[in-house]
Amino acid sequence: MTALIELQGAGKAFADRAVLQAVNLSLLPGRIVTLIGPNGAGKTTLVKIVLGLLQPDSGRVLRSPRLRVGYMPQKLHIDPTLPLQVERFLQFANADTPACLAALDRVGIAHLIKQPVSGLSGGEMQRMLLARALLRKPNLLVLDEPVQGVDVTGQEALYQLIGELRDELNCGILMVSHDLHLVMAATDEVVCLNQHICCHGTPQQVSVDPEFVALFGAKTALYTHHHDHEHDLHSEVVSASCDHEPTQHASRGGRQSDV
Amino acid sequence: MYDFLYLALLAGLGVAIVAGPMGSLVVWQRMAYFGDTLAHGSLLGIALGLWFSWSHSVAVVVVCLLIAGLLIVFERQRLLATDTVLGILSHGSLALGLVALTLIPGARTDMEALLFGDILTVTAAEVAVVWLMAASVLMALWRLWPALLAITVHEDLARVEGVAVDIVKAALKLLLALVVAISMKVVGVLLITALLIIPAASARHFAKTPEQMALLASVVAMLAVCAGLASSWWLNTPVGPSIVVSASLFFVLVLLGRGRRA
Repeated sequence: MTALIELQGAGKAFADRAVLQAVNLSLLPGRIVTLIGPNGAGKTTLVKIVLGLLQPDSGRVLRSPRLRVGYMPQKLHIDPTLPLQVERFLQFANADTPACLAALDRVGIAHLIKQPVSGLSGGEMQRMLLARALLRKPNLLVLDEPVQGVDVTGQEALYQLIGELRDELNCGILMVSHDLHLVMAATDEVVCLNQHICCHGTPQQVSVDPEFVALFGAKTALYTHHHDHEHDLHSEVVSASCDHEPTQHASRGGRQSDV
Repeated sequence: MYDFLYLALLAGLGVAIVAGPMGSLVVWQRMAYFGDTLAHGSLLGIALGLWFSWSHSVAVVVVCLLIAGLLIVFERQRLLATDTVLGILSHGSLALGLVALTLIPGARTDMEALLFGDILTVTAAEVAVVWLMAASVLMALWRLWPALLAITVHEDLARVEGVAVDIVKAALKLLLALVVAISMKVVGVLLITALLIIPAASARHFAKTPEQMALLASVVAMLAVCAGLASSWWLNTPVGPSIVVSASLFFVLVLLGRGRRA
């Protein structure tokens, strides 16, 4: 299967400080990849490179010619002086009213179409952002902390929705996450980032990886979700592997409490 | 008979119409300080105009565009925080303008007119310039409106969806420079920002969409111009400040009305 986007040895530095080093990442249709890592690990930078907002200093980015990205940003702050209804917000994605309504319906908030954006709850806001990403008819969804500001029950529902959307659209999904156990259950592959890729693989593989344990602690229990189906893609998952260099280990010492 | 009054009214209304949408954008994007900087810079424009015997309008437009251009460059460099850069340009150009005006040999400048506006001496040619510029700015805003709103809501999201963010932002600054240049004669250097943001802030309460807010802001600004001129006619008050006082009064009424309803 051809990748929607592939990063080959991508690196980025800001003011001579390396933020990303030699990152290989490949996003495939129908597959959820979750990016985890402590603050300052370069998650945002990596997402911006995938989105094309930043160019890497080294390495290559290969994009499929038919790549269409739907982006759900981490946080939406709408100035209270801007009067904006949900429908209008969605129309920025060049969509007409029926399309907006359909997208809102899919994420379960069709009744909010005429509501002012400033009055939405955390969960409603995230669903509205997801609807806007869907309107682009994406084959790759990039979701930056999609459950931010949502309570635990809502988080589980949102992850379930994201899983369903993957099945319906057969799109690739790149998710960024802080919290570990809920998201690990909802993902095919976990990429643990701390300037370089520490380890990657299925959630089960990563959760017992020494690098992962060193970063997040052994107590991070894996929440297992009862999937009613299996994806044959699982078999393709690269086994959890670690490529660590001693120097990077040393520089990471102080970051563990960061999570 | 009262030609000067009609001309003043025409000039004021031309500025008021464009102040609605532009003022709304200034409020949404928090560009009030930027507007002030351009306004102060226009004083320097007047001084330059007198030095080189250019027309006032041309000189002011040139300097405002220059300052907008400088800011676009400074913002990209990120050496200093934007409000620091604005502070330097704003007060630097205001001071330089004031000094330059006193140094020009033989120039009789009415400082009060420059600082607070002098709409009653507006000429037919100046009114034509105001309307021409207002129409051009409105047309540009009309075309850029969806992109301007998209970047107001979320810059990165707009960029991913294909909006040329940097170009649109630069265009907005240049358009604001044009609005400031034509507002100078009406309310003066020190009050231009007020004419932009007070009507927009008043309109916010009644608007459900961005377009409603822009339109209502224009209406409020037009009412303020009429009220200011009337006050000047009957009470002999200075026009520029009277226009801003009228707009402020309207804003206070809106606030009070909202307070009572809450």
